[in-house]
Amino acid sequence: MESRSYMEHYSMNLTLKVWKQKNADSRGNFETYQVKDISSEMSFLEMFDVLNEQLIREGKEPIAFDHDCREGICGMCSMYINGRPHGPWHGTTTCQLHMRAFKDGDTIVVEPWRANAFPVLKDLVVDRAAFDRIIQAGGYISVNTGVSVDGNTIPIERENSEKAFAAAACIGCGACVAACKNSSAMLFVAAKVSHLALLPQGDVERKTRVLGMVAQMDKEGFGSCTFTQACEAVCPKEISVMNISRLNKEYLLAGLSSEK
Amino acid sequence: MKWSEFFTSSVGKKLVMALTGLFLISFLVVHAGINACIWANDNGVMFNTAAHFMGSMVVIRVLEVGLFAGILIHIIQGYVLEFSNRSRRKTGYTVSLGNKGSRWYSRSMGLLGTILLLFFIIHWYHFWIPSRFTGVHETPMVLPNSDGKEVHNLYALMKETFSELWVVIVYVFACFSLCWHLVHGFQSAFRTIGVSNQRYLVIARTAGIAFAIIISTVFAMMPVSMYLGWVE
Repeated sequence: MESRSYMEHYSMNLTLKVWKQKNADSRGNFETYQVKDISSEMSFLEMFDVLNEQLIREGKEPIAFDHDCREGICGMCSMYINGRPHGPWHGTTTCQLHMRAFKDGDTIVVEPWRANAFPVLKDLVVDRAAFDRIIQAGGYISVNTGVSVDGNTIPIERENSEKAFAAAACIGCGACVAACKNSSAMLFVAAKVSHLALLPQGDVERKTRVLGMVAQMDKEGFGSCTFTQACEAVCPKEISVMNISRLNKEYLLAGLSSEK
Repeated sequence: MKWSEFFTSSVGKKLVMALTGLFLISFLVVHAGINACIWANDNGVMFNTAAHFMGSMVVIRVLEVGLFAGILIHIIQGYVLEFSNRSRRKTGYTVSLGNKGSRWYSRSMGLLGTILLLFFIIHWYHFWIPSRFTGVHETPMVLPNSDGKEVHNLYALMKETFSELWVVIVYVFACFSLCWHLVHGFQSAFRTIGVSNQRYLVIARTAGIAFAIIISTVFAMMPVSMYLGWVE
């Protein structure tokens, strides 16, 4: 590719190899598509919109993919692009990935998240309800915290509030599972456990929470963590693996101090 | 929470790997320390004395049972986790993430561990089985100030074993595998036991790399020294 400035606009023609699968029970295969005159200013999902409009005009079935906010905060978009969840940009969701990440003539391979716990429903759409069930197993505060209180009424150490806030940035997209060689959900669970364990409101249920969420994670069929740190490398919200160390500490303290 | 639930959870299984791994790391220090006596260049007197002490002390023999239990648990649990984790993705990716997200050795602990297991079998065949069961055929050594007491001449056995080039190559290759296994395993064990303090994790990571390089080099230099005649 000739050198381009970051802000330079250009158009490109691309070859897309996209996973197509009729439903959860069918086998699926890659389909090859050609898209032309794609603007470097488009988002990756807008490029898919253009492709789908083209397919509809041709009387073909459009490609199914998850999306919602397109602002990088809902965690719905979930494409494995050229061997990386959410594509080549660091700390970016698929919806925030722009076509200037690619060049004219590129071939882009797009696959769904691959994990037994995330079965493919159709094309690039996977079932991530396992994450919902993990949250239901303890990722909340059920004690009565009363009415809204004035700011700073409950003193929280600044360092802890920063760590809790960073952990709370997890959008539950599942990129950590998609990237992990073990299909482990530890980074997701660790972010949710850390977020609440670091705050006084979450302290009351910290033991039952971590035990419940890890048990549900295992039940859903995710693998165990071997600290390859691939999850952190691909996380669009840059959740740190330090949260996994914290989850381990929470789990060991809760499990070993249990009286039942 | 029942103990069985704790130790069969994904976190509990990793804890077993971490604790047995750290125990085996402590054994490596003792093993390297004893073997380093070959460099005393005293025709194996210091080494054979140390080896005889380790083989004859009741406490050490009891600890040896614990050592083998630790090795067995580490191997079995390692394979259980490896195969279990592999089964969590029945359909793989066409384009893999590869080195873009993680280091090769962190993804290859099962392979590195298997190489070490194969090496252990050779190593036990060379030294542990003769010293404990089948007997060392080399002429026994009379230790100084021992009233003529004869002990296994493991030093002579080492010299004979490491006179073969292919054996030296196998041992050095195993030490190379051990180094990468430790580079990841050392710091990973501390994360598994819940060290979540950045300051201590930096220490664990740095100490792990230093330990892996030093211990592997010390072990690798033993057959090399013997083969090249650097020790008498």
